[in-house]
Amino acid sequence: MSGRERGSPYAPHTDEETAAMLDAVGVDDVEALFDIPESVRFDDDYGIDAKSEQEAVTETRKRLRRNDDLTEFLGRGHYEHYVPSLVDHLSQRSEFLTSYTQYQPEVTQGFLQALFEYQSMLVELTGLGVANCSMYDDATALAEAALLAKRVRAADGDRVLVPEYVRDGHVSVLENYTSGADVSVERYATDAGNVDTDALADTIDDDVVLVYAENPTTTGAVEEHLSAIGDLADDHDALFCLGSDPVAMSLLQRPADVGADVVVGDASVLGMPASYGMGLGVFACREDFLRQVPGRLVGASEDADGNRAYTLTLQTREQHIRKERATSNICTNQAWVALRTAIHAASLGSEGLVNLAERMVELPRDLAADLDDLTGVRAPVHDRHHFREFLVHTDQPAPAIADDLEAEGLAVHAVGDHRLQVCVTDANEHAADRLVAAVAEVTH
Amino acid sequence: MEFYDQAAYRQADDDQYEPLLAAKDETTTEVDSSLPDDLTRDELELPSLAEPELARHYVRLSQQNYGVDSGPYPLGSCTMKYNPRFTEDVAALDAASVHPDRSAESVQGTLALQHDLQDYLGRIGGMDAVTLQPPAGAAGEFAGILLADAYHEANGEGHRDEVVIPDAAHGTNFASAALGGYDVVEIPSGDDGRVDVDALDAALGENTAALMLTNPNTLGLFERDIEDIAEMVHDAGGLLYYDGANLNALLGRARPGDMGFDIMHFNVHKTFATPHGGGGPGAGPVGVTEDLAEFLPDPHIRETESGTYERYTPEQSVGKVHGFSGNWLVLIKAFAYIDRLGDDGLSDASAKAVLNANYLAEQVDYDVPLGPFHHEFVASAGEQDAADVAKRMLDYGVHPPTTKWPDLVDEALMTEPTEVETKDNLDDLADAFNAVAGDDDETLEAAPNRTTARRIDQTSAARNPRLSWHDLD
Repeated sequence: MSGRERGSPYAPHTDEETAAMLDAVGVDDVEALFDIPESVRFDDDYGIDAKSEQEAVTETRKRLRRNDDLTEFLGRGHYEHYVPSLVDHLSQRSEFLTSYTQYQPEVTQGFLQALFEYQSMLVELTGLGVANCSMYDDATALAEAALLAKRVRAADGDRVLVPEYVRDGHVSVLENYTSGADVSVERYATDAGNVDTDALADTIDDDVVLVYAENPTTTGAVEEHLSAIGDLADDHDALFCLGSDPVAMSLLQRPADVGADVVVGDASVLGMPASYGMGLGVFACREDFLRQVPGRLVGASEDADGNRAYTLTLQTREQHIRKERATSNICTNQAWVALRTAIHAASLGSEGLVNLAERMVELPRDLAADLDDLTGVRAPVHDRHHFREFLVHTDQPAPAIADDLEAEGLAVHAVGDHRLQVCVTDANEHAADRLVAAVAEVTH
Repeated sequence: MEFYDQAAYRQADDDQYEPLLAAKDETTTEVDSSLPDDLTRDELELPSLAEPELARHYVRLSQQNYGVDSGPYPLGSCTMKYNPRFTEDVAALDAASVHPDRSAESVQGTLALQHDLQDYLGRIGGMDAVTLQPPAGAAGEFAGILLADAYHEANGEGHRDEVVIPDAAHGTNFASAALGGYDVVEIPSGDDGRVDVDALDAALGENTAALMLTNPNTLGLFERDIEDIAEMVHDAGGLLYYDGANLNALLGRARPGDMGFDIMHFNVHKTFATPHGGGGPGAGPVGVTEDLAEFLPDPHIRETESGTYERYTPEQSVGKVHGFSGNWLVLIKAFAYIDRLGDDGLSDASAKAVLNANYLAEQVDYDVPLGPFHHEFVASAGEQDAADVAKRMLDYGVHPPTTKWPDLVDEALMTEPTEVETKDNLDDLADAFNAVAGDDDETLEAAPNRTTARRIDQTSAARNPRLSWHDLD
C-alpha cells in the first residue's frame, strides 16, 4: 500500500514522486496531459464512493448473500463436479493468473506448455487431430464449427441442422454467429430422447454444411445412433459436429470412431464450479481443417539451444494479422479456465476420469429408479441410458412441483407441463435421498 | 544496467525445460462400464500422476511464466494492471457460483449484482443501458454489430452493409464487422495519427451502418474532432461504435456517451483490473443509448417497483451472444474493483496511467513521433527491428511492449505502463529500453539469453505443426 488516503490504492506514487515526474514531463498539473476538448469533458462524477478493501468485500458479499442456498439438481448443458483443491491453489499462482496471451513465448513457456497439454488431452479424448486452446463456451464453439463447415466445404451450402433438444439460447447464439454467412439453422426431429435418424435422412440434402448432435444430449440421454448420423452427414458431404464434454468422452464412444469431424462442448465441467454459466468452449477437429481452425493454437518447436519450446502458431489465421479475413474474431479467450481444466483432468488421470464418468451413468440410473417408485412419477421418461441427468414425468403439474421443491431448498428444471429434468453428479448425490423424499412429499 | 534472470526456471532434461505430463506418465485405462460395449470407447490413455508430482509440475510451469506480479508488463493496448486479490475471494464465494438456470426468485443476489454493475458501467460510459453478456471485448464488438444491424433493420434501413474502420484499429474490429456480414471500409489515418476527416467523409454514405472508433486511438491520441466525426456519421445515418480498449485513459474525464457514441464495449480485464489469465477469460459488456436499448441481448436485468430484480427479454432483442450470461466470475471481480476505487480511485487511476506513459516516454531514447498521447505511446525502434528489440528487453528483466503495430509508426513499440508502476520501476524500464537502443543487430538477433527458452523457431512451428504430445517423437 502506498499509505495514501486518496486516489487509486493500486497507483503507488507518493506526492514527491508525482511532483518529480510532472517536472520531468514539463507540466504543472497532470490535467494538462489530457488532450480532451472542453466541450466533451466530463465535469460531473459517477456517484460511486471509494471504499476500503474490507468495505468493498462486504458490499459484494452483501448482494450475493441474497441468493437462496439451494441444493441444485440442475444441468441441461451446464454441469458441476467436485473440483480438487489443488486446482484453485495452482491456477491462482500469480505467474499464471496475471499473465496475458503468450506474445513473448520465451517468458511464457509455462502457460504455453499447460495449454499444449490441454490441447493434447482433448486430442486423446476426441481422437481428432487438432484441438485449439479454447473458445468462450459450447454455444459459441458450435457457432464457430458451423462457420468452419461453411468455409471448408467444396460446394456451396446454406443449411445447418441441429436436433430439437438443443437449448433455445444456444440456437440463438448459432443463428447470430451465422447471420452474416447466409446460413439458416433448422431443427430436426428426435425420437425418445435420441436423434430420429429417419427424420434426419428425410431432411438432409446437399445444401447441408453441418449436422449437429450431442452425446449425452441436453436432456441426458446417451445417443445410440452416432455412427448412423456420421454416415448420413458424410453421404451429403456435410460435417458431423458432435457436442460432448471431457468427462462424457472419457467413457462414451470416442468421437473419431463415430465419424465426428468436429467436436464442441463445455470443458469447464472439469475445473470450474457452476459459475452462473461461465464456460470453456471445446473446439477439436480433423487435421485437414487445420488452417481454417478458429482461435489460438499452441505448437511445439525448438529454441536457439535446440531444446523443445512452445509457441502460439499458425497466427496468420487470426484477427490481429488477417483482420476481416481471419477465421474468427476471437482474441481474449478462456485460457485460464483451460489451465484449470487441464489440472483437474491430470489430477484425476485416466482411471479417475473413467471412474467419474461411470458414476455419471450409475447415479442417474439409481435416482431415476427411486423416483419411479413414487406414485404419480415416472422416470426416466425415455428408455435410454443416461448420463448425469434424465427427464421425469409427473402426473401433477411440473412447474408447481418445481416451485414446491424450491421451497424445500432443492432446485430442479421444469421443462414441460408434466415434465421435470433432474441432474445428479458427485456434487449433489449426497442430497439425492432428500430429493426423492421431497418429491414424494410435494406430490402425495 | 544489470541483467535479470526472469521466468527462467530450467530443468533441461532430455532437451525439455519441463518434461510433459505425458513424458512423466501415461496410463492406459481399459474402459469397463455398465453400459453396453457398443456405447463406450475401448480405452483412455492420459497421464496419472500422484498429487505431489502434479503440484511440482505446475509450480515449475508457473516459474517459467511472466505475469504482472513478476514485473513491469507495458504491453500496449492490453492495460496490464495489477489485479487486486480481494476480488478473487469474492468471486470464489459459493453464492457467486449458482447454476444459470436457477429461478430469478432464488438468485436475487446475483441479479442485484448484475443490475448494479450494469448501472455502474452505464455511469462510467455515459450510456443508458448495458448488457453484461459478451464474454470478451471481441464478443462485445460482435454484439455491437448485431445491435447496429437490428437498429437499422427496424428503421427500414437494412440496406446499410458497410462498417467504416480506421487502419490503426484493433484487428478484432475488422473481424467482428465481417462476422456480422458487413463489408469493411478501411480509412487511412491522417499524418497526425488521427482520423482523416476528409477520408472519413469520402467513406461515409447511404450504405454506412457504423464507424468503429477507439478513443484515445491505438497511438494514445485523443480524436479531437470527435464531435465533428459524430455529426458526420450521424448525418450519414450511421451509428458510432466505441472500442473500449483504451478507456483507462479517460476515467473521470470523458465519457463515450457524451462524445456522441451510440454503442460501446468495456474490456473489464483491461480497465477494471480483472486478471488476464494467460489469455482470458475477460468480459466485454456493451453499453448503448436509449434508442438501442430495446435490442439488447436476452435476458436483461431490471429492478422492479417492489425493489426485487427480474430477468426480461428486451422488446426487439437480438437474442443471445453467449450460451448463458457471459463470464460471470470475471464480472463480479470488475464490480468489486469499481466499487473499491469509486470516483476518486478511478479518476486517479487514469491520471497516473497517463502520467506514467508521459514520464516513461520522456525517459526513453527512442523517438516518439506522435503526440500528445495519453495512457500509451508508440515509439519507433528506427533502424532496429522492433521484434528483436522486444526479445532483447526480456534480458533486462521486463516484459516488452507490443511490437510492429500500428503500422503508422515504423518498427512500432507500443508501450502502456499503466498506473501501477512506481517512478523507480519506470526508470528501470527506461534503462532497459535505452540499453537495448544501444545494442547492435547481432546482439539483438541473439536475444534473449536469460529466459527459460531462448529465441523460438516460429517458422518451423508453423511449417511443421505439432499441436499435441501425440505429434511429438
